[in-house]
Amino acid sequence: MDNQIVFDQASFAPLEKKEKDLGTVYHYSLWKSIGKEIRSNPMAVFACAFLAVIIVACLLAPFSPYDPNKLDLASKFAPPSLQHPFGCDEFGRDYFTRALYGGRVSLTVGFAAMLVTVFIGTTIGIFSGYIGGKLDMLLMRFTDIFLALPSMLLMVVLNTFLKPSMTTLIAVLSLFSWASVARITRAETMSLKERDYVHASKNLGANSFVIAVKHILPNILGPVIVAASLGVASAILSESSLSFLGLGISIPNASWGSMLQGAQAHILDKPILAVYPGLLILLTVLSFNILGDVLRSALEPKIVK
Amino acid sequence: MEPLVHINNLSVSYFTYAGEVQSVRGISFNIEKGKTTALVGESGCGKSVTSKSLLGLIEKPGVIKQGSEILYEGKNILEFTEKEWLHFRGKECSMIFQDALVSLNPTMMIGKQIMENLQNHNKDNLPTGEIRRKAKEMLDLVGIPDAEACLNKYPHELSGGMRQRVMIATALITNPKLLIADEPTTALDVTIQAQILELMKELQKKLGMAIIMITHDLGVVADMADEIVVMYAGKIVEKGSNEEIFYNPRHPYTWALMNSVPRLDLDSKQELVTIEGTIPDMIQPPKGCAFCSRCPYAMNICAQHMPQNTDLGDGHQVACWLTDPRADVSHVPFLTGGAVNV
Amino acid sequence: MSNRPVDLEVKNLCKYYNAGRKRVLKAVDDVSFVIYKGETLGIVGESGCGKTTCGKTCIGMLEKTGGTVTYQGKDVHSLSKQERFDFSGKVQMIFQDPYASLDPHQKVYDIVAEGIRIHKLAKDKAQEERMVLELLDMVGLNAEHAMRNVHEFSGGQRQRIGIARALAVEPEFLFCDEPISALDVSIQAQIINLLMKLQKQRELTMLFIAHDLSMVKHISDRIAVMYLGNLVELANSADLYKNPLHPYTGALLSAVPIADPKASRQRQKVMLTGDVPSPVNPPAGCRFSGRCSRCMDVCSQKKPELKEVEPGHFVACHLY
Repeated sequence: MDNQIVFDQASFAPLEKKEKDLGTVYHYSLWKSIGKEIRSNPMAVFACAFLAVIIVACLLAPFSPYDPNKLDLASKFAPPSLQHPFGCDEFGRDYFTRALYGGRVSLTVGFAAMLVTVFIGTTIGIFSGYIGGKLDMLLMRFTDIFLALPSMLLMVVLNTFLKPSMTTLIAVLSLFSWASVARITRAETMSLKERDYVHASKNLGANSFVIAVKHILPNILGPVIVAASLGVASAILSESSLSFLGLGISIPNASWGSMLQGAQAHILDKPILAVYPGLLILLTVLSFNILGDVLRSALEPKIVK
Repeated sequence: MEPLVHINNLSVSYFTYAGEVQSVRGISFNIEKGKTTALVGESGCGKSVTSKSLLGLIEKPGVIKQGSEILYEGKNILEFTEKEWLHFRGKECSMIFQDALVSLNPTMMIGKQIMENLQNHNKDNLPTGEIRRKAKEMLDLVGIPDAEACLNKYPHELSGGMRQRVMIATALITNPKLLIADEPTTALDVTIQAQILELMKELQKKLGMAIIMITHDLGVVADMADEIVVMYAGKIVEKGSNEEIFYNPRHPYTWALMNSVPRLDLDSKQELVTIEGTIPDMIQPPKGCAFCSRCPYAMNICAQHMPQNTDLGDGHQVACWLTDPRADVSHVPFLTGGAVNV
Repeated sequence: MSNRPVDLEVKNLCKYYNAGRKRVLKAVDDVSFVIYKGETLGIVGESGCGKTTCGKTCIGMLEKTGGTVTYQGKDVHSLSKQERFDFSGKVQMIFQDPYASLDPHQKVYDIVAEGIRIHKLAKDKAQEERMVLELLDMVGLNAEHAMRNVHEFSGGQRQRIGIARALAVEPEFLFCDEPISALDVSIQAQIINLLMKLQKQRELTMLFIAHDLSMVKHISDRIAVMYLGNLVELANSADLYKNPLHPYTGALLSAVPIADPKASRQRQKVMLTGDVPSPVNPPAGCRFSGRCSRCMDVCSQKKPELKEVEPGHFVACHLY
């Protein structure tokens, strides 16, 4: 036997048992796992940082010393300088301030459209998936119609008829994007409702509403969050496209899309005016897409023991 | 007789986000030629990791630690190059898995899959016709009716038992000296399990390969094994011959394991022996004996120091402080009366 | 045993599935048995024999195709909404997979308390808390576990939580659908002991389904053997092992490996040839006729009826 071990009287006495051993515990939480995934991916860190900066800057836009819509022909096409970091546009308006106000519009439209989309999509998806049968068929054919419509074209048509404002923009954008969310949530709901814990709850006498809210909704949150982050990106993009076509935010108010439109006339002599809003749209949309991808991998079902 | 495989101080760790999981912690045992060695233990005890190391299949984040040695016919296979591994896997040592459906390629005909293994190790440049003939012979040998027709079938056309037979045929066509069977019958029904076990015994008699049987089913072990290695938390707690382990278990874990399953042939309704608690965290394995926290006979020393292997003769080894002469074993049922199975 | 009152009666129960192309999969075909109050009936059989489908149909989780199931005098499949709700307070189920049967986003406390809340068994928050803690204690968990998330628990502990959830509504009947097949050997014994202890304490009636014959024999008073949707034999558990009448039961019993090397080698084994035929296209007459070593002409023509050959020992075979 090993000589280094010092034996004493107590060595061979029965061990006093402590509290029952609980086994291994692995702490796991949705948000922690998202945080970890983001930190492990430099692109994601950049995306998050960029989004944070943009959002804060847009929120602080009213502190800018310039009025975004006030004409000042003296500084027409002023080059970037300390007073005007992005320079001025053809009416002498501070381009940086306009970009921030434009960002407010774009982001608000993006987030609001996403929220409405997710709300409608999730409700219809869970309803359709959980109840199933004829209702499911009806709702899904309805969804299919919305998925099959050439949305951009219809958005253009609708926007020409309706009074252009932020609310109409949000409504129109949500109208054409809830269908894909409904599809995702329906598929998830269909698979979840066959899970044993849903059966168990049913066996305990729970009604459908309780099951849908308590057992299904929290468990489809993952895919919904992913769809939401990608939804923001696509809503910003659509908003910009519509504004670019002159159907979104009405002049003189700024949005990134309408700024692009304005810059279009001077694209040959002052290309820089198109670069700022273009770059902002590109980076914001890209960041939301990266975020969506990261969330997707963070929320993937993992084997958690 | 020189053993076929000599595993010496094998340690394998997995580096996960939570830390270093010490799956296997310095185990040593031999695999004799033509014998069946059973690795027994609960899930997570390291038995599958051990078999993976034998085939060089430990991949990141898993690492075989320095000082580990697996001698196969005298050569340390852990120092193999990738080319040597390719020769070793399939030719010298084959593996069959628990689930035949996922282990066979669903888009490939059975004949092709069986032939593939032999073609990869085609030293004698056998013509394709000859290989096909051998594949058919092999299917006959594993008891598939109408082997010729089976060669042109796809895996999904066969039943679970038949697929398992096909997998055995695929593994054995190169005539390997070592067959690793990882829970080969867990996914099968009992009547089919009996058929497959019978087949494996028969094939071992005919082909003379050594089998490493990984399972948690003690009934299967009693039926198949010559040697038994009981693992717990990455360590070997007891090893010995089949009869020694079943009739003379010396480790409380082995004993509890044997008595935690009710016996179909005995008519007792008394409570089953249970092992309270769960397996320890392998990220911070206990300082002393890993079984200490669940052992009803644990002593103070058990929590402090790792027990050494004690030789009880006839290759029966046990790592437990209860075998120390100073330990008081009067209250330990299996060490006093010898009445093990009640 | 038979002097006890009948708790659940199953008569000519059928459950068919549409297998496409106008074919019918007869998962459960003309099965009849009774479960007496306070007993444990085990159902064994190989995978695909319809034992789980049978059990789920018995407690009304699945619609039936034909026959009747009566629980305490009421037809399980034609309960009114209120009766259905009362039924859920009396009949509970333990699931096979402890990982899939607990909502991963809930705390242990909420899982166990769900039934108490639905059935309004607690007067106030304090009583609910006391009830949950009692239940956890009963299944061998402690108060400290209550506020944890389920993913922190191992398979065996999860199964305990599942048992606590089922017992929360104080059921009289417990349907255990392979509650141990997903667990490690050493944990299986814990769960079996727990179930047996609880049955004794609460005088539960149990329907226990498993493919592990030795465990079923250990826990059950009577055992029903199913093969391809049919009930082939039903007997007292000791009887069934000592004197299996149906050739399939005999083969099944002899195929179970015994954890004793000497006994295992001495044993006479009846090897079955072939595989279980597809339930979509089962053999005519006796379903077992194709694999049976004692098959007669009549077996492939006429389906044998379940009859009482010895007192309390039923078998469906033309040999008797």
